[in-house]
Amino acid sequence: MATAVDKTKVPWWVANLIVPLVNLLLALLVSGLFIFIAGENPFQAVRLIIYGSFGYIEGFAYTLYYTTNFIFTGLAFAVAFHCRLFNIGGEGQAYIGGLGVFLVAINFSFLPVPVVWLLATAGAVVFGAAWAYIPAYLQAKRGSHVVITTIMFNFIASSLMVFLLVDVIRDFKQMGPHTVALPKELWFPTFKELAHLFGVKIRYSPLNLSFLIAIAASFFVWFLIWKTKWGYEMRAVGHNTKAAIYAGISPHKNIIIAMLISGGLAGMLGINEILGVHHKIVAGFPAGYGFTGIAVALMGRNHPVGIFPAAFLFGILYQGGSEVTFDMPNITRYMFVAVQGVIILFSGALENLFRPQIESFFVNRINKEEMA
Amino acid sequence: MVSPILELKDINKSFGHVHANKNINLQINKGTIHGIIGENGAGKSTLMSIVFGLYQADSGTININGKEIKLKSPRDSILSGIGMVHQHFMLVENFSVLENIILGFEGEFVFGKNLDKAKKDLKNLCDMYKLNIDLESTISDLSVGFRQRVEILKSLYRGAEILILDEPTGVLTPQEVDELFKILRSLKEEGKTIVLITHKLNEIMDLTSEVSVMRQGEMVGHKKTESTNKEDLAEMMVGRSVLLRINKLSTKPGNAVFSVRDLVVKDDLDVTRVKNVNLDIHEGEILGLAGVTGNGQTELLEALSGIRKIESGEIQLFNETISNKNNFFDPKSLKEKGLAHVPEDRQRMGLVTDFKAYENLIFGYHHQEPFSKSSVLKEKEILSFSKKVMEEYDVRPRSPNLITSNFSGGNQQKIILSRELNENPKVLLVGQPTRGVDIGAIEFIHQRLIDMRDKGAAILLVSVELEEVLSLSDRIIVMFDGKIVGEKINKDVTDRELGLLMAGVA
Repeated sequence: MATAVDKTKVPWWVANLIVPLVNLLLALLVSGLFIFIAGENPFQAVRLIIYGSFGYIEGFAYTLYYTTNFIFTGLAFAVAFHCRLFNIGGEGQAYIGGLGVFLVAINFSFLPVPVVWLLATAGAVVFGAAWAYIPAYLQAKRGSHVVITTIMFNFIASSLMVFLLVDVIRDFKQMGPHTVALPKELWFPTFKELAHLFGVKIRYSPLNLSFLIAIAASFFVWFLIWKTKWGYEMRAVGHNTKAAIYAGISPHKNIIIAMLISGGLAGMLGINEILGVHHKIVAGFPAGYGFTGIAVALMGRNHPVGIFPAAFLFGILYQGGSEVTFDMPNITRYMFVAVQGVIILFSGALENLFRPQIESFFVNRINKEEMA
Repeated sequence: MVSPILELKDINKSFGHVHANKNINLQINKGTIHGIIGENGAGKSTLMSIVFGLYQADSGTININGKEIKLKSPRDSILSGIGMVHQHFMLVENFSVLENIILGFEGEFVFGKNLDKAKKDLKNLCDMYKLNIDLESTISDLSVGFRQRVEILKSLYRGAEILILDEPTGVLTPQEVDELFKILRSLKEEGKTIVLITHKLNEIMDLTSEVSVMRQGEMVGHKKTESTNKEDLAEMMVGRSVLLRINKLSTKPGNAVFSVRDLVVKDDLDVTRVKNVNLDIHEGEILGLAGVTGNGQTELLEALSGIRKIESGEIQLFNETISNKNNFFDPKSLKEKGLAHVPEDRQRMGLVTDFKAYENLIFGYHHQEPFSKSSVLKEKEILSFSKKVMEEYDVRPRSPNLITSNFSGGNQQKIILSRELNENPKVLLVGQPTRGVDIGAIEFIHQRLIDMRDKGAAILLVSVELEEVLSLSDRIIVMFDGKIVGEKINKDVTDRELGLLMAGVA
């Protein structure tokens, strides 16, 4: 049996950089095996992924567009997790958040554009938070486990939105389950337009202002969790509920606050998708970003500084992966869902598979240096 | 001469640097009820856990019927004829009695013949010992007393010849205790051997034929019950070690600033743990509350500090009446009124061990200035405060950024004390301030408490360490079974008197 490693001696970069990197490499190795079994060359696939996500400006912009969504949903999961709540409901909260964006934007379109943007963002937050409130309340007051209720609320959100998109807010001039488009002046400025301002002509990509909002949200979460009384109290409840009660910190209140902020952040996915890309509500627009956000947060160790690179990595996989499926007939879209799964497996569930060995390796080396 | 059925020779067991069992020798004769008594932490439960195979001894041998055996797991012990009824029952609540008993010993893939045989055997056992258990009822429908019988039946069914009961009466009503004793006597008559672990002297005198006394990990004596008495046993249990009494000036206590009237408190399982308690704490006084763990002190402390709701009664803090009706009956508001609380269980309640030291140094005070302003934590102020108090209280290492679980127990306790004493509270509730703390730190902590008293604080000191209560308190009250069973002025009391009170005899 391996002896326990003295945790105080493990350098931060071993725990937070080397270990995740080793896990990632293992995941890629296994993924490469999948691709090999499917009858394609894994090295060629890696080349395609890198080309697809970095090789040309629009591809890179796509990567950052996906990154935006993963930052929002990853932050959402992380905030709840600091209070030891597994918010699996990011998907549904994002969906309802999108409804908030659209309803606010279309009803207040007469106001100055920046005001509408602000209000629409607030709409995303309020609607997403409201959707998270019910599971939060049930957890805090009734003890219904938030994992179960948020999963169920994903289904409820999905059905509710289909109902609304078919019978209530559909653009009735046509048959598809989506709404009318927002007036053009309300659309978020895109990366393409920005490039044009500087005289660079590029083709369309969905990257838009929301990317900057996502970075701002990362700062907000960092500040909230580590620098405010609220974050302090949430972490106290998350780590030791009994101690929190002793110190006069209400677990009920903090469970609800953490879930509201979490839901609000998930809801902000709606601004990227609706103000930035579709400009209307399209059925199923959260497209699994809410779920992938869980993996992003776990991989980023629930810290904004880790969530950003993790979101970026998944952005690369999404964008590069679609490039691969274009060029390699044997690799389908689902193959990349499997690759994501492998990454989640290695960086989430099997996170500690090699941690003791790696850490003790470095600790032993440090001990030897100290002896010398 | 009766041959011993169970014989322990030179058993040693350490946990880290705590020597829980030191060279224990014990002989238990067949067909007797053998009592093992001692204060909390004397090592009784550790010793019996070794016999039941839950722990392995570091050294020493165990003989059963004269043959040396190795007990590597409870399964080995069960096969050697040892059964144990734990303080906390090991039953699956939503299974029936029958299902619980055969659990792990089902025998075959599909229930059938074996099950019928098991039923018949169990019926016989129930009749033989008048256990009166319905095998089909679900555990969650049974009272605590009956659950305990199920545990006994389970051990018997698995062929136990030696039955160990760990504090069996702690959770029972007096009537249930009588029933249990009847069962134990009939077991003895049928030739079973019973080992009874307890701290209640009455039970020892009632039931046992032999008794062994443990103190601080050592076996201090074996007696025939008929040739001893409660007083002697209490003395052996508590010990006559010389007390390191701290030099303290006698002060004149002032007004009662904290009074408790007819307080009744229930625990999480809805069992009444604090029964009509009355007490007053005066300014400039340390009131010591002695008692063996589990007699309601924990619930009392939690109620007084606002963590636990009270059933009835009231608390007076500076002439203000506190009861469930007040909206300020919660830890935060009481703290703001000048009440500080050093909880009994520092790791589970007093600290967030995953937090950095500086985060724990403001725990519970984090919302006040200068630590936070408009909900933003003032890191600079917090750090300079942390450095200051870590210096003052000699917390080692002096690293406010270190994760709290990396500090030793004594230093963790100093973190809590520096936090709770820093605001100069008027009323201070202290639970087990030196449990698991090294000697150097104990002296330091005791001196701080005396200093607080001299500054006029009203202090309630709850401790299972009799020495601690004796060396610090001005007045001592003893709690037994949820009630205050005695009050003594410190200088007039002897260990022996307190020991008897703690054991519920006097």
